[in-house]
This record gives sequence, C-alpha cells and structure tokens, in this order.
Amino acid sequence: MLTKDEWLEALSARHGKARQERLVNSTVAICGLGGLGSNIAISLTRAGVGKLILIDFDKVDPSNLNRQQYKMCQLGMFKTEALSENLKEITPYVGIEYHTVKMDDDNIEELLKDADIVCEAFDKAENKAMLVNAVLEKFKEKIIISGSGMAGFGSANTISTKKVMKRLYLCGDTTSDVNDGIGLVASRVMVCAAHEAHMVIRLLTGEEK
Amino acid sequence: MVKINGNDHDLAGRSVAEVLAELGYETGRIAVEKDEEIIPKSAYGQTILKDGDTIEVVSFVGGG
Repeated sequence: MLTKDEWLEALSARHGKARQERLVNSTVAICGLGGLGSNIAISLTRAGVGKLILIDFDKVDPSNLNRQQYKMCQLGMFKTEALSENLKEITPYVGIEYHTVKMDDDNIEELLKDADIVCEAFDKAENKAMLVNAVLEKFKEKIIISGSGMAGFGSANTISTKKVMKRLYLCGDTTSDVNDGIGLVASRVMVCAAHEAHMVIRLLTGEEK
Repeated sequence: MVKINGNDHDLAGRSVAEVLAELGYETGRIAVEKDEEIIPKSAYGQTILKDGDTIEVVSFVGGG
C-alpha cells in the first residue's frame, strides 16, 4: 500500500504538481451513478480529485452490467455503496460523500452546495433538464456538465464537448436517444463519460476553453 | 430580430413560452438561456422577447 504522499507524488509525476494540487483540493458532485456517472467517478478518482459527492437512489441491476462500473457480486447493492467500494479499491485516499436519495427541486441545493463542479449523469431527458435548470437557477457561480446523446452504435467520433451556455457544457452527440430503441453500449457511453470527466479536469486545472 | 440558437427569428414581442411552442420544443426536456442568464421555467410565460435578445435553447435526450 502507498502512503497518501507517495500516491500524490505518483499522480503529480503524470499531471504536474500545480495541477495535482488543484485537483486534490477540489470537490465534484456526480448526479446519477449509471453508465455516465460510474465511469466519470472512476476517471476523477484516478486523476486524484480530492472529494466526490456521489448521488443515486437506485440499486445495481443485471441490466446495468453491460456498461456500468459494477461487478456481478454487487447486484442488489445500492449504487452509492457499490461504487464507493470500487473507488476505494482504486485509491483509499479519494474522499467520498454519498447520498442514496432521489434528487428533486427540494434537496438539490443542500446536496450540491459544497461542489465546485456538478456532473449531470442521469438517464431520463426530463431529469437531465430538471437538474440543469435547478443548478443554473439556484447557484450563481456553479458550472454544470451534462451528458446528452450517447445511445446506439453510431460512430464514437460524433460525441463532443460544447460550451452551450455560460455555465453549461454539453457532452454527447445531442441527438441519439435511448428511447428510440437503438441500445446503449459501454464503449460509446464511456466516450461520453470521458468527455464529461475530461471537461471537469480541464476546468479544475484552469483550462477554460 | 431575436437570435435563437444562432439564427435570427422575427419573434420580438412574443413570450418565451409562445416561441418555444411555435418552434416545437417540449418544455420538460429543455433549458433556456437569455443573454447568458437561465430563464426559470416558471418565467417562460411572462418573459417577453425584444429585438436584439440572444436565446439559447438546449434540448436533452435520454440515455446515461
């Protein structure tokens, strides 16, 4: 086992000391721990983001195993607990606060108040819209990064990150809807999740564009 | 003229709610920004667009 200093030194060797310091002093909220959220959480943990706020009400289900970062032995566990376990195996030094709740207009402010950046990683379009609206309305400074359009087996090259509002970045192809019956596959969902995680890392380390 | 997602529309004087309906947006799946400020959903009806306003409408699709 590495000490915390040894772990940070290893990360700094890859990311640079100044960037690592910013990452380790940051808090990121991940709303929804499915295909997007579980993969975002792994990238941010590996990058050494200091604290993650993980939010999901659901349990690990067989239909999740095709793309979400859970194991068969975790079926039936709350995603918050299963993912915390998996992230702590990557590094015990990631700070985790988790909430096994359904997000709504009444609890969003309290759940997200400590987050520097919020990741929207829900499944349903209506919930994505609800969260984005709520974050932009209730907080005057926070940035939210959302994933929209990653269903199907189309090219991964159509997934991109765009700054679409002053404090909203949108990752995805913006059109592929899972409700069109086109499926949802690990590789394409992970590309979108990686776009979200990468924008978080870029913003936290001072790359604004 | 009102700029909506980069295109000019002759819709000054109309409310955001009317414009969204006319352009076929489902209000439950979108976020709307006017001049870099989010418009709360509860204000779509009473927000009247004027010449020179810049509107961004972001639509979400399912999957995650």
